[in-house]
Amino acid sequence: MIASEILADAFFNEGKYVQAFPAFGVERRGAPVVAFTRVSDEEVRERCQIYEPDHLIVLDAVLIDTVNITEGLKKGGWIVINTNRPVENGELMGNYHIATVDANQIALRHNLGSRAAPIVNTAIIGAFSGATKLVSLDAVKQAIDGFVPLKKEENMQAAEDAFNAVKIIS
Amino acid sequence: MKKVIMGNHAVSYGVRASEAKVISAYPITPQTHVVELLSEMCANGEIDAKFIKVESEHSAMAACVGAAAAGSRTFTATSSQGLLLMHEMLHWAVGARLPIVLANINRAVGPPWSIWTDQNDSLSQRDVGWLQIYCESNQETQDTIPQAFKVAEELQMPVMIVMDAFFLSHTFEIVDILEAQEVRKFLPPYHPDIKIDINDPHSFGNLASPEHYMELRYMIQEAMEKAVGLIKKVDGEFQKQFGRGYGLIHPYRCADAEIILVTSGTVASTARAVIDEMRDEGVKIGALKVRVFRPFPFEEIFEVLSRAKKVAVIDRNISFGGHGIFFQEIKSALYGRTDVPILGYIAGLGGRDITPGVIRQIAEQAITDKNPHRYINWIGVKT
Repeated sequence: MIASEILADAFFNEGKYVQAFPAFGVERRGAPVVAFTRVSDEEVRERCQIYEPDHLIVLDAVLIDTVNITEGLKKGGWIVINTNRPVENGELMGNYHIATVDANQIALRHNLGSRAAPIVNTAIIGAFSGATKLVSLDAVKQAIDGFVPLKKEENMQAAEDAFNAVKIIS
Repeated sequence: MKKVIMGNHAVSYGVRASEAKVISAYPITPQTHVVELLSEMCANGEIDAKFIKVESEHSAMAACVGAAAAGSRTFTATSSQGLLLMHEMLHWAVGARLPIVLANINRAVGPPWSIWTDQNDSLSQRDVGWLQIYCESNQETQDTIPQAFKVAEELQMPVMIVMDAFFLSHTFEIVDILEAQEVRKFLPPYHPDIKIDINDPHSFGNLASPEHYMELRYMIQEAMEKAVGLIKKVDGEFQKQFGRGYGLIHPYRCADAEIILVTSGTVASTARAVIDEMRDEGVKIGALKVRVFRPFPFEEIFEVLSRAKKVAVIDRNISFGGHGIFFQEIKSALYGRTDVPILGYIAGLGGRDITPGVIRQIAEQAITDKNPHRYINWIGVKT
């Protein structure tokens, strides 16, 4: 959820119209959660969930095997995945642009969260920026500065590290 | 300054800019972030207000009644079951003519338990005498708070601002934040002529005999009728100063429309995207958003809808045994003055998504329906 807000704020910093929201439900730490960001050159009028996203960010690679992550995803879009393993799924690689980053390790290096629950929101958005170039690193760091209440420097550095470390697979 | 904020916080910023002096609220579910941020603002001195935390929504409204009677600008926020628990005190605020502003986040009523949006909580308070304004964006919600205080204080009537749960309350979007020093020019400090004052004692809320009670009710209706013009005037003043206005209703591409969809809340916004798509396909369609539900702008609505060949009303609510509640009001606005068929659609109850596809389905169904008396069409119900 926080990642979707930071992403929206980053695009806003570049003059876009934005909207960000969670898949509306009861939130529990550790449960799979979906959040959405809409970005447009014009005012965003649709006020409903997103069923056919252009791009996808996966904060936990476990979800690739447990959830149909590409449901509705438009072919040719980006999938940015937080993982330390290689992605060998031929179907994913054939239909989408895949990028990976070890956001857990980057987050821990900057003391964001714990080993059991690293906080990867800022790193993954840095990786999204690095892979897709849809939004600049400066805009992402500016969003983190405004949005994150604690450890601003660490979070901005995590985003920058992930921006540089993200691997483009396909 | 423009910021990306959630709808709940847009309300809080609107209250901050309006310089409310007393905020009373019940802080637990179904409460939202609205009063969480306000309590922080009270604690850190961003707003010079007394925050009164109470044990129930009934007590929250009771505290607002007391504070407003003592002459303070007073605010509270609630949702669903919380609003229902306030019911008795909502009546009190009207009868005592207290200009309290309340933000209600539209959440479905249980059981079964729900935290998702529909309008039955606020619409079941239709007849208590509160003004009701339904918003579609975070910007509009924030801007409506100072407008509401201004209207409330001039009429001595309470105003409820209503927004969809999640689709607005938890959605982040760009809001041009209002600042108190700017809003003060639009909404000066509140100094009522009559208030509880220990140095000038009077009795309030006393027994009214049949000789007097009816006149007091007449005056409430008079205030409501006056509110139609006043809301428009205040909205115009706001627009002049801040460049943003919202009207009593918002017709979109209705001038030459053969069919008009009537909507409220966030559905109004999504509907406009659908209208543009269908217009591109050559369909003469428009959308009418009803922003102010009480007082109901009968004349303004008649003006727009009487030119159409068909009207379809989308209700995210239902009066069981009757029809959609907006549908009933629209029908009463047109009754006897035009024979345009009005079709009613029930959709999106309990937070079910009203997507562009759902709105298009309603529009297409309404266009082809040959029966002018189909008052209830359930959309997307699994049978």
